[in-house]
Amino acid sequence: MEKELWKGNEAIAEAAIRAGCDCFFGYPITPQSEVPEYLSLHMPQHGKVFVQAESELAAINMVYGAAGSGMRAMTSSSSPGISLKQEGITYIAAAELPCVIVNCMRGGPGLGTIQPGQGDYFQATRGGGNGDYRTVVLAPSNIQEAVDFVQEAFDIADCYRNPTMVVCDGLIGQMMEPIEWREIPKRDLPPKDWATTGKHGRDHTNIINSLYMDPEECDDHNADLEAKYKLIAEKEVRWDTKDCEDAELVITAYGTPARIALSALEALRAEGIKAGLFRPITLWPYPEKALHDLAGQDHVKAILDVEMSAGGQMIDDVRLAVEGQKPISYLGHAGGVMPTIEEIVESAKKALKEAK
Amino acid sequence: MKKEIIISGFGGQGGLAIGKNLAEAGMAEGLNVTWAPSYGPEMRGGTANCSVVLSDKPVGSPVFAHPTELIALNEPSLVKFEEGVLPGGTVFVNCDVVTDKVHRTDLTAYYIPCSKIADEVGNAKVSNMVMLGAYVAATKVLKPETIEKMIQEMFAGAKAKFIPLNIEAFHRGMACVQ
Repeated sequence: MEKELWKGNEAIAEAAIRAGCDCFFGYPITPQSEVPEYLSLHMPQHGKVFVQAESELAAINMVYGAAGSGMRAMTSSSSPGISLKQEGITYIAAAELPCVIVNCMRGGPGLGTIQPGQGDYFQATRGGGNGDYRTVVLAPSNIQEAVDFVQEAFDIADCYRNPTMVVCDGLIGQMMEPIEWREIPKRDLPPKDWATTGKHGRDHTNIINSLYMDPEECDDHNADLEAKYKLIAEKEVRWDTKDCEDAELVITAYGTPARIALSALEALRAEGIKAGLFRPITLWPYPEKALHDLAGQDHVKAILDVEMSAGGQMIDDVRLAVEGQKPISYLGHAGGVMPTIEEIVESAKKALKEAK
Repeated sequence: MKKEIIISGFGGQGGLAIGKNLAEAGMAEGLNVTWAPSYGPEMRGGTANCSVVLSDKPVGSPVFAHPTELIALNEPSLVKFEEGVLPGGTVFVNCDVVTDKVHRTDLTAYYIPCSKIADEVGNAKVSNMVMLGAYVAATKVLKPETIEKMIQEMFAGAKAKFIPLNIEAFHRGMACVQ
């Protein structure tokens, strides 16, 4: 298949069209504005709906409505805009509706900076909205993965009737890389017989709702959701490893830092240091068991977590997975500064030295 | 083979386009490539730069502190990036805009009068192609034919009249380093 050079954000937008996205509702914000820009031109050409909403709140609630009527709906934004969408996301999760949300993360907190960041990990994996809910979170590390994951995200969302997030960072959104439009395996999806599309002789009325006045009923609803999240955790967890077979030092990283770590691995291996990379692809569900088992290997002496976050956020999940088996150290920057290859090499050596 | 190139200049000078041309040509030759731009306030009037990787292996980091080559289209770019260039690396300077010289003695420097040549060819807009020609001739990582084919595809149809102009600019750039 022929490779094509695509900019991350435009590729994400095109992937949504190819996945059969019916409606996109968005609001511009750097560094993801090319997603709505591309879709504003191309969605109408495919007979699909593009709306630039008056705000992020409006956009996510339009997604809520469209998803409720059985449409494949999507929104995208960047960190501060995703914060504004949190109320809508918890409602959508509660009402068990499928949708895709793309967060092209920038530095925070607050308005922060427009440069790349990963400070929304907690928000994505713990839920930025209220209540006990989960969103599936896919974290591409290159543009090929971004287009594959966006297409898969629609199926995952439909499969579990759950919001699915694709989180990348400003660099993945802005950079260009060759990709292939390869066939994404389609899932067998349940019919959307819950959608509010009119009764058409049906014996019952479909209702989209997240409010339960009876606490027992709400408890039961939560138990159902919890059972679904357990199933997702069992079936959808994904990760990737590089050179971990004999690694003494394991780097944990996702997204852009994982790419930078690949270059650091090369430099470390050239110096005879056995370093490997453990890269979560799903941030929720987190590949807890895989990391736990890797950390338990005798050859692993230390773990270095690298993120674009001030004190680390994913490191909490790394700690939960590793369960104290090996020492964990951290390297990170926030505010739009990316960790460098040299810094990772230096921190890796230090972590290994301290462990030995 | 791995080239890590920083191309930097004023917004509007075409540095990002040179980078994109290198990435496209690299891809056409089956290399692994990435193109990462600076974005934000820089592109709105200050220096705009991009980082390009051309490699026969999969690309890890698309950003780096120590380029194998630097293409400096303006003075601030040379000041900012010269220090980081890998020892033994190469610097291409648009000497119609940059009056300063490369200070380090462990680097190869090429001074390319991009704007002057572009004017001689007949269109100021082709100064990027002059620089691209210099880069291709000096590094030999890409075949000149690949760039020529790319130019032909870039200016298809109604824009075909720009093909000879761009190819001439590209050849004049190559001649600067030969």
